[in-house]
Amino acid sequence: MNRLKLSDHLILILGVLFMVSPVVLAFITSTHDALTIFRSGLQFTPGDQMVENYRKVMFEAGGFTKQVDGWVMLQNSLILGLGFAIGKIVISMLAAYAIVYFRFPLGSLCFWIIFSTLLLPLEVRILPSYEIVQSLGMVNTYSGLIVPLIASATATFFFRQFYMSVPDELLEAARIDGAGPWKFFIDILVPLSKTMIAAIFIIMFVFGWNQYLWPTLITTDESFFTLVRGIRQILQVWVGSQIPDYQEAMALAIIAMLPPVIVVVIFQSWFIKGLVESDK
Amino acid sequence: MKKVQFTSLSMPYLLLFPQLAIVGIFFLWPAAEAVRSSFYLEDPFGFGSTFVGFDNFVDTVTSSDYGRTARFTAVFTFFVTFLSLAIALLLAVKADKVLRGASTYKTLLMWVYAVAPPVAGLIGLLLFDQHVGPIVDFVALFGWQMQIGVNYYDTATAMIIVSVWKQIPINFIFFLSGLQGISKSVQEAASIDCRSGFRRFWTVTFPLLAPTGFFLLIINITYAFFDTFGIVDVIVKAEPGNNPVTLVYKVFLDGFRGNDLGGSSAQSVILMILVFILTIVQFRLIERRVHYT
Repeated sequence: MNRLKLSDHLILILGVLFMVSPVVLAFITSTHDALTIFRSGLQFTPGDQMVENYRKVMFEAGGFTKQVDGWVMLQNSLILGLGFAIGKIVISMLAAYAIVYFRFPLGSLCFWIIFSTLLLPLEVRILPSYEIVQSLGMVNTYSGLIVPLIASATATFFFRQFYMSVPDELLEAARIDGAGPWKFFIDILVPLSKTMIAAIFIIMFVFGWNQYLWPTLITTDESFFTLVRGIRQILQVWVGSQIPDYQEAMALAIIAMLPPVIVVVIFQSWFIKGLVESDK
Repeated sequence: MKKVQFTSLSMPYLLLFPQLAIVGIFFLWPAAEAVRSSFYLEDPFGFGSTFVGFDNFVDTVTSSDYGRTARFTAVFTFFVTFLSLAIALLLAVKADKVLRGASTYKTLLMWVYAVAPPVAGLIGLLLFDQHVGPIVDFVALFGWQMQIGVNYYDTATAMIIVSVWKQIPINFIFFLSGLQGISKSVQEAASIDCRSGFRRFWTVTFPLLAPTGFFLLIINITYAFFDTFGIVDVIVKAEPGNNPVTLVYKVFLDGFRGNDLGGSSAQSVILMILVFILTIVQFRLIERRVHYT
Protein backbone atom coordinates (compact mmCIF):
# COMPACT_ATOMS: atom_id res chain seq x y z
CA MET A 1 0.00 0.00 0.00
CA ASN A 2 2.76 2.39 0.95
CA ARG A 3 4.71 1.64 -2.19
CA LEU A 4 1.65 2.34 -4.28
CA LYS A 5 1.22 5.73 -2.67
CA LEU A 6 4.87 6.54 -3.26
CA SER A 7 4.52 5.94 -7.00
CA ASP A 8 1.43 8.17 -7.07
CA HIS A 9 3.38 11.00 -5.51
CA LEU A 10 6.27 10.36 -7.85
CA ILE A 11 4.06 10.75 -10.92
CA LEU A 12 2.48 13.91 -9.50
CA ILE A 13 5.87 15.38 -8.66
CA LEU A 14 7.09 14.67 -12.18
CA GLY A 15 3.95 16.36 -13.50
CA VAL A 16 4.51 19.38 -11.30
CA LEU A 17 8.15 19.58 -12.41
CA PHE A 18 7.09 19.48 -16.05
CA MET A 19 4.60 22.31 -15.50
CA VAL A 20 6.67 24.50 -13.20
CA SER A 21 10.31 24.18 -14.27
CA PRO A 22 10.10 26.06 -17.60
CA VAL A 23 8.80 29.14 -15.80
CA VAL A 24 11.24 28.80 -12.90
CA LEU A 25 14.06 28.52 -15.42
CA ALA A 26 12.76 31.60 -17.23
CA PHE A 27 12.66 33.53 -13.99
CA ILE A 28 16.17 32.50 -12.91
CA THR A 29 17.50 33.37 -16.35
CA SER A 30 15.92 36.81 -16.07
CA THR A 31 18.23 37.56 -13.12
CA HIS A 32 21.45 37.32 -15.16
CA ASP A 33 23.12 39.57 -17.69
CA ALA A 34 22.99 38.97 -21.43
CA LEU A 35 26.63 37.93 -21.80
CA THR A 36 26.42 35.19 -19.15
CA ILE A 37 23.37 33.68 -20.83
CA PHE A 38 24.90 34.03 -24.27
CA ARG A 39 28.08 32.23 -23.18
CA SER A 40 26.67 29.48 -21.02
CA GLY A 41 22.99 29.08 -21.87
CA LEU A 42 19.93 29.37 -19.66
CA GLN A 43 20.84 29.60 -15.99
CA PHE A 44 19.93 27.24 -13.16
CA THR A 45 21.14 29.33 -10.21
CA PRO A 46 19.98 32.87 -9.38
CA GLY A 47 22.07 35.79 -10.59
CA ASP A 48 22.47 39.32 -9.25
CA GLN A 49 20.95 41.32 -12.11
CA MET A 50 17.32 40.87 -11.17
CA VAL A 51 16.55 44.40 -9.96
CA GLU A 52 18.45 45.96 -12.84
CA ASN A 53 16.76 43.82 -15.53
CA TYR A 54 13.24 44.29 -14.22
CA ARG A 55 13.78 48.01 -13.71
CA LYS A 56 14.95 48.32 -17.30
CA VAL A 57 12.04 46.35 -18.73
CA MET A 58 9.45 48.17 -16.65
CA PHE A 59 10.67 51.75 -16.77
CA GLU A 60 12.98 52.18 -19.74
CA ALA A 61 11.77 52.56 -23.29
CA GLY A 62 14.09 51.62 -26.15
CA GLY A 63 14.62 47.92 -25.45
CA PHE A 64 12.13 45.90 -27.42
CA THR A 65 9.73 48.77 -27.87
CA LYS A 66 11.05 52.10 -29.01
CA GLN A 67 8.77 54.59 -27.28
CA VAL A 68 7.01 52.83 -24.44
CA ASP A 69 8.19 50.99 -21.35
CA GLY A 70 6.76 47.94 -19.59
CA TRP A 71 4.72 50.12 -17.29
CA VAL A 72 2.66 51.54 -20.17
CA MET A 73 2.14 48.05 -21.59
CA LEU A 74 1.06 46.80 -18.16
CA GLN A 75 -1.55 49.56 -17.98
CA ASN A 76 -2.78 48.71 -21.47
CA SER A 77 -3.02 45.04 -20.54
CA LEU A 78 -5.08 45.99 -17.50
CA ILE A 79 -7.35 48.18 -19.61
CA LEU A 80 -7.86 45.35 -22.08
CA GLY A 81 -8.39 42.68 -19.39
CA LEU A 82 -10.74 44.75 -17.22
CA GLY A 83 -12.53 46.47 -20.10
CA PHE A 84 -13.14 43.17 -21.82
CA ALA A 85 -14.31 41.35 -18.67
CA ILE A 86 -16.58 44.14 -17.38
CA GLY A 87 -17.99 45.01 -20.81
CA LYS A 88 -18.72 41.41 -21.59
CA ILE A 89 -20.36 40.70 -18.23
CA VAL A 90 -22.62 43.77 -18.31
CA ILE A 91 -23.71 43.27 -21.92
CA SER A 92 -24.28 39.56 -21.58
CA MET A 93 -26.18 39.80 -18.28
CA LEU A 94 -28.62 42.24 -19.89
CA ALA A 95 -29.01 40.14 -23.01
CA ALA A 96 -29.47 36.88 -21.10
CA TYR A 97 -32.04 38.58 -18.85
CA ALA A 98 -34.06 39.62 -21.89
CA ILE A 99 -33.86 36.15 -23.41
CA VAL A 100 -34.83 34.21 -20.28
CA TYR A 101 -37.33 36.52 -18.54
CA PHE A 102 -39.25 38.18 -21.36
CA ARG A 103 -41.78 36.94 -23.84
CA PHE A 104 -41.59 39.01 -27.00
CA PRO A 105 -41.87 38.59 -30.74
CA LEU A 106 -38.50 37.91 -32.44
CA GLY A 107 -37.26 36.55 -29.11
CA SER A 108 -36.06 33.24 -30.48
CA LEU A 109 -34.57 34.94 -33.55
CA CYS A 110 -32.46 37.18 -31.28
CA PHE A 111 -31.42 34.11 -29.34
CA TRP A 112 -30.19 32.32 -32.45
CA ILE A 113 -28.40 35.38 -33.82
CA ILE A 114 -26.49 35.79 -30.56
CA PHE A 115 -25.61 32.14 -30.22
CA SER A 116 -24.46 31.83 -33.80
CA THR A 117 -21.36 33.71 -32.62
CA LEU A 118 -20.29 30.63 -30.69
CA LEU A 119 -19.80 28.95 -34.05
CA LEU A 120 -17.03 31.13 -35.39
CA PRO A 121 -13.97 32.21 -33.41
CA LEU A 122 -12.45 35.58 -34.26
CA GLU A 123 -9.48 33.84 -35.86
CA VAL A 124 -11.48 32.53 -38.82
CA ARG A 125 -12.99 35.90 -39.71
CA ILE A 126 -9.89 37.87 -38.88
CA LEU A 127 -9.28 39.65 -42.19
CA PRO A 128 -12.81 41.05 -42.74
CA SER A 129 -13.02 41.96 -39.03
CA TYR A 130 -9.83 43.94 -39.36
CA GLU A 131 -11.05 45.71 -42.48
CA ILE A 132 -14.34 46.68 -40.85
CA VAL A 133 -12.66 47.98 -37.70
CA GLN A 134 -10.24 49.89 -39.90
CA SER A 135 -13.03 51.43 -41.99
CA LEU A 136 -14.72 52.54 -38.76
CA GLY A 137 -11.50 54.33 -37.80
CA MET A 138 -11.01 52.20 -34.71
CA VAL A 139 -7.43 51.07 -35.35
CA ASN A 140 -5.18 52.14 -32.45
CA THR A 141 -8.05 52.86 -30.08
CA TYR A 142 -9.07 51.05 -26.91
CA SER A 143 -12.60 50.52 -28.21
CA GLY A 144 -11.24 48.92 -31.38
CA LEU A 145 -9.13 46.68 -29.20
CA ILE A 146 -11.89 45.63 -26.79
CA VAL A 147 -15.33 45.82 -28.42
CA PRO A 148 -14.86 43.36 -31.34
CA LEU A 149 -13.61 40.76 -28.85
CA ILE A 150 -16.88 41.06 -26.92
CA ALA A 151 -18.89 39.86 -29.93
CA SER A 152 -18.63 36.20 -28.95
CA ALA A 153 -21.57 35.10 -26.80
CA THR A 154 -19.84 32.73 -24.37
CA ALA A 155 -20.76 34.77 -21.28
CA THR A 156 -24.34 35.26 -22.49
CA PHE A 157 -24.59 31.50 -22.74
CA PHE A 158 -23.28 31.04 -19.17
CA PHE A 159 -25.69 33.61 -17.72
CA ARG A 160 -28.60 32.13 -19.65
CA GLN A 161 -27.83 28.72 -18.12
CA PHE A 162 -27.62 30.31 -14.69
CA TYR A 163 -30.87 32.29 -14.95
CA MET A 164 -32.66 29.17 -16.11
CA SER A 165 -31.67 27.46 -12.85
CA VAL A 166 -33.09 30.29 -10.71
CA PRO A 167 -36.44 29.08 -9.26
CA ASP A 168 -39.58 30.55 -10.85
CA GLU A 169 -41.09 31.19 -7.42
CA LEU A 170 -38.74 34.14 -6.93
CA LEU A 171 -40.20 36.00 -9.86
CA GLU A 172 -43.77 35.17 -8.80
CA ALA A 173 -43.10 36.45 -5.29
CA ALA A 174 -41.43 39.59 -6.62
CA ARG A 175 -44.38 40.30 -8.91
CA ILE A 176 -46.87 39.88 -6.07
CA ASP A 177 -44.85 42.45 -4.17
CA GLY A 178 -45.16 44.74 -7.13
CA ALA A 179 -41.58 44.67 -8.42
CA GLY A 180 -41.12 45.66 -12.05
CA PRO A 181 -38.63 44.01 -14.41
CA TRP A 182 -35.82 46.47 -13.70
CA LYS A 183 -36.24 46.25 -9.91
CA PHE A 184 -36.33 42.46 -10.06
CA PHE A 185 -33.09 42.44 -12.06
CA ILE A 186 -31.16 44.86 -9.83
CA ASP A 187 -32.48 43.80 -6.42
CA ILE A 188 -32.84 40.06 -6.84
CA LEU A 189 -31.12 38.61 -9.91
CA VAL A 190 -27.83 40.53 -9.76
CA PRO A 191 -27.18 39.77 -6.05
CA LEU A 192 -28.04 36.10 -6.71
CA SER A 193 -25.49 35.97 -9.55
CA LYS A 194 -22.58 37.24 -7.44
CA THR A 195 -20.47 34.07 -7.44
CA MET A 196 -21.30 33.44 -11.09
CA ILE A 197 -20.20 36.99 -11.94
CA ALA A 198 -16.95 36.53 -9.98
CA ALA A 199 -16.18 33.25 -11.72
CA ILE A 200 -16.89 34.62 -15.19
CA PHE A 201 -14.96 37.78 -14.40
CA ILE A 202 -11.82 35.77 -13.64
CA ILE A 203 -12.13 33.65 -16.79
CA MET A 204 -12.78 36.69 -18.98
CA PHE A 205 -10.03 38.80 -17.41
CA VAL A 206 -7.46 36.09 -18.12
CA PHE A 207 -8.86 35.62 -21.63
CA GLY A 208 -8.71 39.35 -22.35
CA TRP A 209 -5.25 39.83 -20.86
CA ASN A 210 -3.86 36.95 -22.93
CA GLN A 211 -5.17 38.14 -26.31
CA TYR A 212 -2.45 38.20 -28.94
CA LEU A 213 -3.62 38.06 -32.55
CA TRP A 214 -6.23 40.82 -32.34
CA PRO A 215 -4.00 43.32 -30.48
CA THR A 216 -1.21 42.51 -32.95
CA LEU A 217 -3.40 43.61 -35.85
CA ILE A 218 -5.24 46.49 -34.24
CA THR A 219 -2.41 48.24 -32.44
CA THR A 220 0.44 49.49 -34.55
CA ASP A 221 1.00 52.51 -32.33
CA GLU A 222 3.25 51.47 -29.45
CA SER A 223 1.34 53.52 -26.90
CA PHE A 224 -1.49 50.98 -27.23
CA PHE A 225 0.69 47.86 -26.91
CA THR A 226 -0.21 45.31 -24.27
CA LEU A 227 2.42 43.14 -22.57
CA VAL A 228 1.41 40.07 -24.57
CA ARG A 229 1.51 42.14 -27.77
CA GLY A 230 4.96 43.37 -26.71
CA ILE A 231 6.24 39.79 -26.82
CA ARG A 232 6.05 39.98 -30.61
CA GLN A 233 8.41 42.97 -30.66
CA ILE A 234 11.10 40.87 -28.98
CA LEU A 235 11.23 38.60 -31.99
CA GLN A 236 11.62 41.46 -34.43
CA VAL A 237 14.41 43.04 -32.41
CA TRP A 238 16.23 39.73 -32.11
CA VAL A 239 16.58 39.25 -35.84
CA GLY A 240 20.16 40.23 -36.58
CA SER A 241 21.20 41.23 -33.08
CA GLN A 242 24.61 40.05 -31.90
CA ILE A 243 23.85 39.16 -28.32
CA PRO A 244 20.07 38.96 -27.89
CA ASP A 245 18.72 40.36 -24.63
CA TYR A 246 17.51 37.02 -23.36
CA GLN A 247 17.30 38.27 -19.77
CA GLU A 248 14.98 41.16 -20.67
CA ALA A 249 12.82 38.88 -22.82
CA MET A 250 12.37 36.49 -19.90
CA ALA A 251 11.69 39.38 -17.53
CA LEU A 252 8.97 40.65 -19.87
CA ALA A 253 7.52 37.12 -20.10
CA ILE A 254 7.39 36.86 -16.30
CA ILE A 255 5.75 40.29 -15.95
CA ALA A 256 3.23 39.41 -18.67
CA MET A 257 2.15 36.18 -16.95
CA LEU A 258 2.21 37.34 -13.33
CA PRO A 259 -1.13 39.22 -12.98
CA PRO A 260 -3.35 36.53 -14.58
CA VAL A 261 -1.50 33.77 -12.74
CA ILE A 262 -1.99 35.55 -9.40
CA VAL A 263 -5.69 36.07 -10.09
CA VAL A 264 -6.21 32.42 -11.05
CA VAL A 265 -4.25 31.05 -8.07
CA ILE A 266 -5.90 33.29 -5.47
CA PHE A 267 -9.44 32.80 -6.74
CA GLN A 268 -8.97 29.24 -7.90
CA SER A 269 -12.06 27.77 -6.26
CA TRP A 270 -14.33 30.34 -7.96
CA PHE A 271 -12.44 30.03 -11.16
CA ILE A 272 -12.69 26.22 -11.28
CA LYS A 273 -16.37 26.32 -10.36
CA GLY A 274 -17.06 28.83 -13.10
CA LEU A 275 -15.07 26.90 -15.67
CA VAL A 276 -16.48 23.47 -14.95
CA GLU A 277 -20.09 24.47 -14.40
CA SER A 278 -20.48 27.03 -17.11
CA ASP A 279 -18.95 24.91 -19.83
CA LYS A 280 -21.48 22.14 -19.37
CA MET B 1 -37.71 29.19 -21.12
CA LYS B 2 -39.35 30.33 -17.90
CA LYS B 3 -43.00 29.65 -17.22
CA VAL B 4 -43.51 33.09 -15.73
CA GLN B 5 -42.22 35.92 -17.87
CA PHE B 6 -42.52 39.65 -18.18
CA THR B 7 -44.29 41.08 -21.16
CA SER B 8 -43.01 44.42 -22.28
CA LEU B 9 -42.88 45.86 -25.74
CA SER B 10 -39.67 47.87 -25.57
CA MET B 11 -37.66 46.60 -22.62
CA PRO B 12 -36.33 43.30 -24.03
CA TYR B 13 -35.11 45.11 -27.13
CA LEU B 14 -33.40 47.74 -25.03
CA LEU B 15 -31.70 45.02 -22.98
CA LEU B 16 -30.62 43.16 -26.09
CA PHE B 17 -29.54 46.21 -28.04
CA PRO B 18 -25.87 46.44 -26.94
CA GLN B 19 -25.23 42.75 -27.56
CA LEU B 20 -27.09 42.68 -30.88
CA ALA B 21 -25.31 45.82 -32.09
CA ILE B 22 -21.88 44.36 -31.34
CA VAL B 23 -22.79 40.99 -32.82
CA GLY B 24 -24.16 42.67 -35.92
CA ILE B 25 -21.19 44.96 -36.57
CA PHE B 26 -18.30 42.80 -35.42
CA PHE B 27 -19.59 39.31 -36.12
CA LEU B 28 -22.32 39.03 -38.75
CA TRP B 29 -20.89 41.71 -41.02
CA PRO B 30 -17.31 40.32 -41.11
CA ALA B 31 -18.59 36.75 -41.40
CA ALA B 32 -20.76 37.72 -44.36
CA GLU B 33 -17.85 39.66 -45.82
CA ALA B 34 -15.61 36.60 -45.55
CA VAL B 35 -18.15 34.46 -47.41
CA ARG B 36 -18.65 37.16 -50.06
CA SER B 37 -14.98 37.82 -50.76
CA SER B 38 -14.26 34.09 -50.96
CA PHE B 39 -16.13 34.18 -54.29
CA TYR B 40 -14.27 37.23 -55.62
CA LEU B 41 -10.82 37.89 -56.93
CA GLU B 42 -9.60 41.12 -55.42
CA ASP B 43 -7.15 43.28 -57.25
CA PRO B 44 -4.09 43.58 -54.99
CA PHE B 45 -3.82 47.29 -55.72
CA GLY B 46 -7.44 47.93 -54.77
CA PHE B 47 -8.87 48.40 -58.27
CA GLY B 48 -12.15 46.54 -57.81
CA SER B 49 -12.87 42.84 -57.75
CA THR B 50 -14.30 40.22 -60.09
CA PHE B 51 -16.66 37.37 -59.32
CA VAL B 52 -14.86 34.07 -59.83
CA GLY B 53 -17.28 31.54 -58.36
CA PHE B 54 -15.57 28.65 -56.64
CA ASP B 55 -12.15 29.37 -58.18
CA ASN B 56 -10.67 30.54 -54.88
CA PHE B 57 -11.75 27.32 -53.21
CA VAL B 58 -10.44 25.16 -56.02
CA ASP B 59 -7.11 27.03 -56.07
CA THR B 60 -6.82 26.77 -52.30
CA VAL B 61 -7.65 23.11 -51.94
CA THR B 62 -5.49 22.02 -54.86
CA SER B 63 -2.39 24.03 -53.92
CA SER B 64 0.38 21.83 -52.55
CA ASP B 65 1.16 24.43 -49.90
CA TYR B 66 -2.36 24.18 -48.51
CA GLY B 67 -2.23 20.38 -48.53
CA ARG B 68 1.03 20.45 -46.60
CA THR B 69 -0.41 22.86 -44.03
CA ALA B 70 -3.61 20.83 -43.70
CA ARG B 71 -1.64 17.63 -43.14
CA PHE B 72 0.54 19.31 -40.55
CA THR B 73 -2.52 20.74 -38.78
CA ALA B 74 -4.08 17.27 -38.62
CA VAL B 75 -0.93 15.68 -37.20
CA PHE B 76 -0.37 18.60 -34.83
CA THR B 77 -3.99 18.48 -33.60
CA PHE B 78 -3.78 14.72 -33.09
CA PHE B 79 -0.60 14.86 -31.00
CA VAL B 80 -1.61 17.92 -28.97
CA THR B 81 -5.06 16.51 -28.19
CA PHE B 82 -3.90 12.98 -27.45
CA LEU B 83 -0.87 13.89 -25.34
CA SER B 84 -2.47 16.66 -23.31
CA LEU B 85 -5.56 14.53 -22.60
CA ALA B 86 -3.49 11.46 -21.66
CA ILE B 87 -1.06 13.29 -19.38
CA ALA B 88 -3.86 15.31 -17.74
CA LEU B 89 -5.93 12.16 -17.15
CA LEU B 90 -3.00 10.37 -15.53
CA LEU B 91 -2.27 13.35 -13.28
CA ALA B 92 -5.96 13.82 -12.39
CA VAL B 93 -6.35 10.15 -11.42
CA LYS B 94 -3.31 10.39 -9.16
CA ALA B 95 -4.32 13.76 -7.70
CA ASP B 96 -7.78 12.35 -6.95
CA LYS B 97 -6.17 9.45 -5.05
CA VAL B 98 -3.65 11.20 -2.82
CA LEU B 99 -4.78 12.78 0.41
CA ARG B 100 -1.64 14.52 1.58
CA GLY B 101 -0.85 17.67 -0.38
CA ALA B 102 -3.79 17.24 -2.79
CA SER B 103 -4.58 20.95 -2.97
CA THR B 104 -0.91 21.90 -3.43
CA TYR B 105 -0.62 19.51 -6.36
CA LYS B 106 -3.84 20.89 -7.79
CA THR B 107 -2.64 24.49 -7.65
CA LEU B 108 0.78 23.67 -9.08
CA LEU B 109 -0.72 21.67 -11.93
CA MET B 110 -3.38 24.18 -13.00
CA TRP B 111 -1.82 27.65 -12.76
CA VAL B 112 -0.26 27.43 -16.25
CA TYR B 113 -3.83 27.93 -17.52
CA ALA B 114 -3.26 31.67 -17.00
CA VAL B 115 -0.07 31.86 -19.10
CA ALA B 116 -0.70 33.42 -22.51
CA PRO B 117 0.15 31.15 -25.50
CA PRO B 118 2.77 33.55 -26.96
CA VAL B 119 4.44 33.82 -23.54
CA ALA B 120 4.55 30.01 -23.39
CA GLY B 121 5.94 30.09 -26.92
CA LEU B 122 8.68 32.54 -25.95
CA ILE B 123 9.83 30.44 -23.00
CA GLY B 124 9.70 27.36 -25.24
CA LEU B 125 11.72 29.18 -27.88
CA LEU B 126 14.55 29.75 -25.41
CA LEU B 127 14.38 26.22 -23.97
CA PHE B 128 14.75 24.89 -27.51
CA ASP B 129 17.21 27.57 -28.65
CA GLN B 130 20.28 26.29 -30.49
CA HIS B 131 22.71 28.42 -28.50
CA VAL B 132 21.24 28.72 -25.03
CA GLY B 133 18.57 26.02 -24.79
CA PRO B 134 19.10 23.29 -22.19
CA ILE B 135 16.77 20.88 -24.01
CA VAL B 136 18.93 21.07 -27.12
CA ASP B 137 22.00 20.28 -25.02
CA PHE B 138 20.14 17.41 -23.38
CA VAL B 139 18.93 15.70 -26.56
CA ALA B 140 22.38 16.20 -28.09
CA LEU B 141 23.61 13.62 -25.54
CA PHE B 142 21.49 11.10 -27.45
CA GLY B 143 22.82 12.27 -30.79
CA TRP B 144 19.79 14.36 -31.76
CA GLN B 145 20.96 17.68 -33.24
CA MET B 146 17.82 19.72 -32.69
CA GLN B 147 17.52 22.80 -34.90
CA ILE B 148 14.39 24.82 -34.21
CA GLY B 149 13.46 27.10 -37.08
CA VAL B 150 15.70 25.22 -39.50
CA ASN B 151 14.56 21.62 -39.35
CA TYR B 152 10.85 21.15 -40.13
CA TYR B 153 10.35 18.22 -37.76
CA ASP B 154 12.30 19.75 -34.87
CA THR B 155 10.21 22.92 -35.08
CA ALA B 156 7.03 20.83 -35.17
CA THR B 157 8.19 18.88 -32.11
CA ALA B 158 8.81 22.06 -30.14
CA MET B 159 5.38 23.45 -31.14
CA ILE B 160 3.66 20.27 -30.01
CA ILE B 161 5.48 20.14 -26.67
CA VAL B 162 4.75 23.79 -25.84
CA SER B 163 1.10 23.43 -26.91
CA VAL B 164 0.67 20.30 -24.78
CA TRP B 165 2.26 22.06 -21.81
CA LYS B 166 -0.16 24.94 -22.15
CA GLN B 167 -3.23 22.69 -22.51
CA ILE B 168 -2.65 20.18 -19.69
CA PRO B 169 -4.09 22.42 -16.91
CA ILE B 170 -7.57 22.83 -18.37
CA ASN B 171 -7.87 19.11 -19.12
CA PHE B 172 -6.60 18.35 -15.63
CA ILE B 173 -9.23 20.63 -14.03
CA PHE B 174 -12.07 19.00 -15.96
CA PHE B 175 -10.89 15.43 -15.41
CA LEU B 176 -10.35 16.03 -11.71
CA SER B 177 -13.81 17.52 -11.23
CA GLY B 178 -15.22 14.64 -13.28
CA LEU B 179 -13.46 12.12 -11.05
CA GLN B 180 -14.65 13.85 -7.92
CA GLY B 181 -18.18 13.67 -9.26
CA ILE B 182 -18.12 9.87 -9.33
CA SER B 183 -20.03 8.72 -6.25
CA LYS B 184 -18.11 7.04 -3.44
CA SER B 185 -20.58 4.15 -3.30
CA VAL B 186 -19.84 3.22 -6.92
CA GLN B 187 -16.11 3.29 -6.22
CA GLU B 188 -16.48 1.19 -3.06
CA ALA B 189 -18.67 -1.36 -4.81
CA ALA B 190 -16.09 -1.58 -7.59
CA SER B 191 -13.22 -2.04 -5.17
CA ILE B 192 -15.04 -4.95 -3.52
CA ASP B 193 -15.69 -6.65 -6.85
CA CYS B 194 -12.30 -6.04 -8.38
CA ARG B 195 -8.97 -5.91 -6.63
CA SER B 196 -6.86 -4.74 -9.53
CA GLY B 197 -6.78 -0.97 -9.50
CA PHE B 198 -5.72 -0.90 -13.13
CA ARG B 199 -8.66 -3.00 -14.34
CA ARG B 200 -11.02 -1.08 -12.08
CA PHE B 201 -9.94 2.13 -13.76
CA TRP B 202 -10.58 0.87 -17.30
CA THR B 203 -13.87 -0.91 -16.58
CA VAL B 204 -15.52 1.48 -14.10
CA THR B 205 -13.88 4.89 -13.83
CA PHE B 206 -12.96 5.39 -17.49
CA PRO B 207 -16.47 4.78 -18.89
CA LEU B 208 -17.92 7.12 -16.26
CA LEU B 209 -15.46 9.79 -17.37
CA ALA B 210 -16.29 9.30 -21.05
CA PRO B 211 -18.76 12.23 -21.31
CA THR B 212 -16.13 14.59 -19.86
CA GLY B 213 -13.58 13.06 -22.21
CA PHE B 214 -15.70 13.61 -25.33
CA PHE B 215 -16.42 17.16 -24.30
CA LEU B 216 -12.72 17.80 -23.74
CA LEU B 217 -11.89 16.21 -27.08
CA ILE B 218 -13.85 18.94 -28.89
CA ILE B 219 -12.36 21.66 -26.65
CA ASN B 220 -8.86 20.38 -27.39
CA ILE B 221 -9.37 20.15 -31.14
CA THR B 222 -10.66 23.73 -31.12
CA TYR B 223 -7.64 24.75 -29.03
CA ALA B 224 -5.14 23.08 -31.35
CA PHE B 225 -6.76 24.78 -34.34
CA PHE B 226 -7.23 28.32 -33.09
CA ASP B 227 -5.67 29.10 -29.73
CA THR B 228 -2.21 27.88 -30.66
CA PHE B 229 -1.74 30.84 -33.00
CA GLY B 230 0.43 32.67 -30.49
CA ILE B 231 2.63 29.63 -29.88
CA VAL B 232 3.14 29.03 -33.59
CA ASP B 233 3.82 32.69 -34.31
CA VAL B 234 6.45 33.03 -31.60
CA ILE B 235 8.21 29.72 -32.31
CA VAL B 236 8.60 30.57 -36.00
CA LYS B 237 9.65 34.08 -34.88
CA ALA B 238 6.87 35.66 -36.95
CA GLU B 239 8.77 34.62 -40.12
CA PRO B 240 7.55 31.10 -41.02
CA GLY B 241 9.62 30.50 -44.17
CA ASN B 242 9.62 26.74 -44.61
CA ASN B 243 8.57 26.00 -41.04
CA PRO B 244 5.33 24.20 -40.28
CA VAL B 245 2.29 26.40 -39.59
CA THR B 246 -1.36 25.62 -38.83
CA LEU B 247 -4.32 26.39 -41.09
CA VAL B 248 -5.38 29.38 -39.00
CA TYR B 249 -1.87 30.78 -39.25
CA LYS B 250 -2.03 30.40 -43.01
CA VAL B 251 -5.29 32.39 -43.15
CA PHE B 252 -3.47 35.20 -41.37
CA LEU B 253 -0.34 34.84 -43.49
CA ASP B 254 -2.07 34.82 -46.88
CA GLY B 255 -4.48 37.58 -45.90
CA PHE B 256 -2.10 40.05 -44.26
CA ARG B 257 1.29 39.24 -45.75
CA GLY B 258 0.36 37.75 -49.11
CA ASN B 259 -2.52 40.18 -49.74
CA ASP B 260 -4.45 37.25 -51.20
CA LEU B 261 -7.88 38.36 -50.03
CA GLY B 262 -9.93 35.81 -51.95
CA GLY B 263 -7.70 32.88 -51.05
CA SER B 264 -7.56 33.86 -47.40
CA SER B 265 -11.35 34.23 -47.29
CA ALA B 266 -11.85 30.87 -48.97
CA GLN B 267 -9.65 29.31 -46.29
CA SER B 268 -11.69 31.12 -43.63
CA VAL B 269 -14.90 29.71 -45.06
CA ILE B 270 -13.45 26.18 -45.08
CA LEU B 271 -12.51 26.60 -41.41
CA MET B 272 -15.96 28.02 -40.66
CA ILE B 273 -17.57 24.87 -42.02
CA LEU B 274 -15.20 22.76 -39.94
CA VAL B 275 -15.94 24.68 -36.73
CA PHE B 276 -19.63 24.53 -37.52
CA ILE B 277 -19.47 20.72 -37.67
CA LEU B 278 -17.45 20.55 -34.45
CA THR B 279 -19.93 22.79 -32.64
CA ILE B 280 -22.90 20.70 -33.73
CA VAL B 281 -21.14 17.57 -32.47
CA GLN B 282 -20.43 19.42 -29.22
CA PHE B 283 -24.08 20.42 -28.74
CA ARG B 284 -25.18 16.85 -29.43
CA LEU B 285 -22.76 15.62 -26.77
CA ILE B 286 -23.97 18.17 -24.23
CA GLU B 287 -27.53 17.01 -24.81
CA ARG B 288 -26.51 13.41 -24.27
CA ARG B 289 -24.52 14.37 -21.22
CA VAL B 290 -27.53 16.07 -19.65
CA HIS B 291 -29.51 12.95 -20.49
CA TYR B 292 -27.05 10.78 -18.54
CA THR B 293 -27.20 12.75 -15.32
